[in-house]
Amino acid sequence: MKGMSLIVKVIAELIKGFIILFGVYIILNGHLSPGGGFAGGVIIAASYILVTLAFGRERAMKELSERGSHLLDDIGVLSFWFIAVLGWIIAGQAFFSNFIQRFAPGSPFQILTSGIILACNIAIGIKVGSSLFAVFVALAHFEPAGEGED
Amino acid sequence: MIYSLCLILFILGLYCVLTKKNLIKIIVGLAIMDNAVNLFLVLLGYRSNGVVPIITNNVERVAITQRAVDPIPQALVLTSIVISLGILALMVSMAIRLYEKYGTFDITKIRKLKG
Amino acid sequence: MVEFILLLLLLFMIIGALFVIEMDNLLSTAVVMGTIGFGLSVAFLFLGAPDLAIVQIVVEIISLVILIRATINRDIKEKAEESTSLVSRIPIFVIVALLFIFTYNAFQHLPPFGSPLFIGRLDAPANIYLQNGLNKTGASNIVAAIILDFRAYDTLGEATVLFTSIVGALSILRLVTRKRKEEKDK
Repeated sequence: MKGMSLIVKVIAELIKGFIILFGVYIILNGHLSPGGGFAGGVIIAASYILVTLAFGRERAMKELSERGSHLLDDIGVLSFWFIAVLGWIIAGQAFFSNFIQRFAPGSPFQILTSGIILACNIAIGIKVGSSLFAVFVALAHFEPAGEGED
Repeated sequence: MIYSLCLILFILGLYCVLTKKNLIKIIVGLAIMDNAVNLFLVLLGYRSNGVVPIITNNVERVAITQRAVDPIPQALVLTSIVISLGILALMVSMAIRLYEKYGTFDITKIRKLKG
Repeated sequence: MVEFILLLLLLFMIIGALFVIEMDNLLSTAVVMGTIGFGLSVAFLFLGAPDLAIVQIVVEIISLVILIRATINRDIKEKAEESTSLVSRIPIFVIVALLFIFTYNAFQHLPPFGSPLFIGRLDAPANIYLQNGLNKTGASNIVAAIILDFRAYDTLGEATVLFTSIVGALSILRLVTRKRKEEKDK
């Protein structure tokens, strides 16, 4: 997949950092304002997809390699499950009990409250972002038989 | 009345899946059905003159929680939207693979060419 | 007022769906698909669900990119073939009409639009989550408190389903590139 014209390349270079920053903001403020893990993760994936479309897939693989995206995907799901099991071991009541809120509650309307919700949002954001980028890179790798002039 | 329009959207998607021969049209029909069902679930929980179920400050807390729309269908639909994206990626990858092997998107021709 | 705007948005989406069904060019159907998704996102804003509006817009953009990637090179050689003849579609029309009639009769038993069932009852789960959400979890966003504290097990199931579908898509696409590399080496 080749890249695009010069204007698109310059603008994509300037904007991609801001899109990732916006995605991280939506993930971290998921329990205070609309958003959450899923929306932020998809926005982070959209930033890497923009780089893939504007520059071609070799440049995008330099920023986040294929092995790296698969590794982040697995880390996201495993940490989500691990937080659930920790809730069972520490608080002793059930799978997924909110042990951070029980032992170290913050005050409402701040960022560091609602223990498990913040940690799970971060895990889900990492997982969704990296898996959607991995699927898009795999789709871009796949060259059909008649593609000579792309 | 609104529920009937949502049902018409679902039936249009179902019609597209049942009668079209092109694989991409079938995939697009499934996506239309997904959107119609998500809209219907959120329509069930709407309350007239209701507010968004997010508490903004401590002063208006009771007022917000007594006039909010239903938050449970929103929780269901949130995960459903992301799952439908994963399903679309899987179907499109299968369609690309079939085109690579048979050279066409027509489902009647794919049935006839064996091996 | 809100109902009138929702009716207009639904009519817009139905007209978009009619265009998608009858269009010949594959690339154009992928582009018109976008109108349905964007109309749905605006409808979510009017229904009091800003979480869903954000997720729907970004997911619609990515699914448009994936669909265009699938149809862009294959559009030159192939247009949508014509579908089955009109006579052989009569059973499908009958089935669809029956489905519409029976579901429309079932919709008469739903509560009227705008007054769901949880309004009067104080022991409905929606009321319990709204009153005690901030106290028990410490989160101001009640929807986030529901999906990650009260009903977190469903979110674990959803993460599993998403993971499985992505692994399936990657394994289908991976096989071809490995064979292609071996053919090039030979």
